[in-house]
Amino acid sequence: MPAVQETIDQVKAIDVDQYKYGFVTDIESEKGAKGLSEETVRFLSAKKNEPEWMTEWRLDALRRFKQMAEPDWARVSYPKIDFDALYYWASPKSVEGPKSLDEVDPELLATYEKLGIPLAEQEILAGVEPKNRVAVDAVFDSVSVVTTFKEELKKAGVIFCSISEALREYPDLVKKYLGSVVPVTDNYYATLNSAVFSDGSFVYIPEGVRCPMELSTYFRINEQNTGQFERTLIIADKGSYVSYLEGCTAPQRDENQLHAAVVELVALDDAEIKYSTVQNWFPGDKEGKGGIYNFVTKRGDCRGKNSKISWTQVETGSAITWKYPSCILRGDNSRGEFYSIAVSNGFQQIDSGTKMIHLGKNTSSRIISKGISAGKSSNTYRGLVSAHRKASQARNFTQCDSLLIGQDCGAHTVPYIESKNASAQFEHEATTSKISDDQMFYCLQRGLSEEEAVALIVNGFVKDVIQQLPMEFAVEAQKLISISLEGSVG
Amino acid sequence: MNASLPIKHTQAETDLIDRFDAAKAHLPGSQVIVGLRDSAVSQIRDKGLPHRRVEEYKYTDLRAYMKSGAPLAGPATLDEVRAILDAQDSYGDLDRYRIVIANGRFMADVSDAPALAGEGVTVTDFSEALSAETAADLLAQPTTAGLDGVLALNTAFVQGGVLLVVKEGAAVSKPVEVVHVGTGSGALVTRSKITVSKGASLRVLETFAGDTGNGEINAVFDYHVADGAKVAATRLIAGDADPARLFTTIATIGAEAEFKSLGFIAGPSFVRNQQFVNFTGEHSEAKIYGVSMARGEGVADQTLIVDHAVPHCNSREFFKTVLDDRARGVYQGRINVAPHAQKTDGEMMTQALLLSEEAEMANKPELEIFADDVICAHGATSGQMDEDLLFYLRARGIPEDEARTLLVLAFLSEAIEEYGEDDVTEGLEARVRDWLAAKN
Repeated sequence: MPAVQETIDQVKAIDVDQYKYGFVTDIESEKGAKGLSEETVRFLSAKKNEPEWMTEWRLDALRRFKQMAEPDWARVSYPKIDFDALYYWASPKSVEGPKSLDEVDPELLATYEKLGIPLAEQEILAGVEPKNRVAVDAVFDSVSVVTTFKEELKKAGVIFCSISEALREYPDLVKKYLGSVVPVTDNYYATLNSAVFSDGSFVYIPEGVRCPMELSTYFRINEQNTGQFERTLIIADKGSYVSYLEGCTAPQRDENQLHAAVVELVALDDAEIKYSTVQNWFPGDKEGKGGIYNFVTKRGDCRGKNSKISWTQVETGSAITWKYPSCILRGDNSRGEFYSIAVSNGFQQIDSGTKMIHLGKNTSSRIISKGISAGKSSNTYRGLVSAHRKASQARNFTQCDSLLIGQDCGAHTVPYIESKNASAQFEHEATTSKISDDQMFYCLQRGLSEEEAVALIVNGFVKDVIQQLPMEFAVEAQKLISISLEGSVG
Repeated sequence: MNASLPIKHTQAETDLIDRFDAAKAHLPGSQVIVGLRDSAVSQIRDKGLPHRRVEEYKYTDLRAYMKSGAPLAGPATLDEVRAILDAQDSYGDLDRYRIVIANGRFMADVSDAPALAGEGVTVTDFSEALSAETAADLLAQPTTAGLDGVLALNTAFVQGGVLLVVKEGAAVSKPVEVVHVGTGSGALVTRSKITVSKGASLRVLETFAGDTGNGEINAVFDYHVADGAKVAATRLIAGDADPARLFTTIATIGAEAEFKSLGFIAGPSFVRNQQFVNFTGEHSEAKIYGVSMARGEGVADQTLIVDHAVPHCNSREFFKTVLDDRARGVYQGRINVAPHAQKTDGEMMTQALLLSEEAEMANKPELEIFADDVICAHGATSGQMDEDLLFYLRARGIPEDEARTLLVLAFLSEAIEEYGEDDVTEGLEARVRDWLAAKN
């Protein structure tokens, strides 16, 4: 008997359009010229009062982009994107930046409330328990509207602001690091992002500082027809530590929305960056219509000795996910980690994985990837582990497991393992299976209902990754997985 | 990208196109075969030889490797062939039947066709079969191969080979050695079709003797395993020849049948051993093994696609690679599970041992799964020799060289022994020892 019949029925019964966060906030917004041209780029750059070198940087990227061909190797299919039909600028209309939360458009605050980020509460919390504080750089469409905890972070010397602000206030830092991990011409979508990135977060942790709180950005795609091109740059100077949380929700729309972000992390000697993502963008309705295209380039550079970068992601949303958070292990003894849960249902397509590029001596990496596919979805793990000539004693352990629920979904594993150094030790294992009858039988025997049993087994399946998430996210992640597989898991 | 943009041909590509124009009139085959040859050559003309931008050849850049394309070998004389056969020692005095394909042509005079007829096996010249009007299916391509460049080269130039048909229920008592002989006068391009009828069983030893001068070897073995039939195919590729050695196995497996193969590569510099295994009947099993050894600037590529198109089949893939000097090892394996191919059990393992600082290994074990009630797993490891094991042996008085030999042998033997064809185990293990001894 293939999968438990009841489970299949339940998965069928799940309407993916039960999307919890499907609403549109009606706020006046200002839009830039449609279409991808030098004019648009200049307009965008001028709008943000960017220095001349930045405008040139963007224009250079645009010229390169025009010469590039769209890649087609990923196991995803979608109609051709008309880049000239997109708006490259949208910001909530407000003349001046708000001084405090009171000045923020109440509708905007209400939106966040629906999403479960009560900004106001954050301020109250501030004085209570410093350890659990979360600083939110809220991104509503393209412009950072409100930044909390700035003052407190400033005391520690931490810079946490929008990229536009960083360009004005700390141009030298931005100039030094922007594009140093993901070069302008890295890939099609990264080049596009370099040309037209709207805004994003900038984080700089000075030498020896342990960031006093977890930093967090909630992305929100709101305006119709607005491609979002976020750019995030995080620099952890020598001996510092930062944990960064990124969470995403977007309202329900009929048209596909493009999201091509670039995230760059730089860890210098002895520094550590922990980057966690919960992604729950609109996956499309039950016919597979609409939904976000998530084509993201995320890369961390362990530039210094003994540095560490850890990616943790929970992917439940988006019609198409195409991302490979990677680590370049350049510094000796550096370490890269990748923990991922990718849940696909309905007509979702996920092609995701990681790259661990071992360049330095004694570098180590660990990859744990858990894919769950249900409905008519397709879920691909694609990863690269490579050890270069000088990467002696490099170590990698990879485990990627897939769980299939239902007969119409697909789960694929495409690992590339390249060793150019004899002392490098690589281990890779992957399994694909359904929930076994034995496991079910065992649970049912002990009095669990089928629902509970599946929930228990799936939770066990993803446990290794959930454990890596910061507390706040672990709860949200578990909730999201439940929503995504609603009906089949409790 | 503009697909119609003409590519700039390499020397080898120019040579191959010229070779085709020169040989065209003499190559065997009916009108329909001529058509197939023409379109295969157009593929080479338009796309060139497969290169690293072609995903299946990412690690084995044939276009960069082939520097020239020598002409096809002309017919060999009986004396030449006899001399080479007498000198070769593929399996010593193992009791076996022999089929000889010399310089790409079947040679009845040195083959055991009459004795095989007594066992229920008919042997036919492949080049003669090609002249039939209905010969197109003799050059049929596996669906999983796409537009494979090595197969296109084979179709364009195929000179001959054999057709073996084992009749229903016949259990051939001795292994059949299909030996390719080259007299050093040029490229060999062959294709053989081996049909094992219902309930029959056959063991094949694919071997290669002599050399091909500057020309490549391109040999295709097309196995048809009918319901309840059993086949074990052992491919031994040894020697030090420089030209490209390209081998393809196609296996089509019926119901309740078994197909086993071992691809054994010892030393020649550029080998691509590719296999396309397709299940067409339920409750069957495929066991695919590989043992690769390479040194110098050698490349040993084992590529494999197992297509589970029907339910209830098992496949096991187990590959071992040992690399020395600046050699490169490649393993690309993919298990496809079609929708509704429920109860598939696939298990793939690839392990590499790197003996030198500069050796390189690329592993790409893939799973592509469209059915939910399946168990599929793959594993991949690569690393150097375990110093603790070496220390253990040396502490017991075993000299270092011998200890290393023992460990490499133990590592590779795992696959040879699991393959379980006792006839050949000893011979292959001796090959491993020879290969290791040749280092000094």
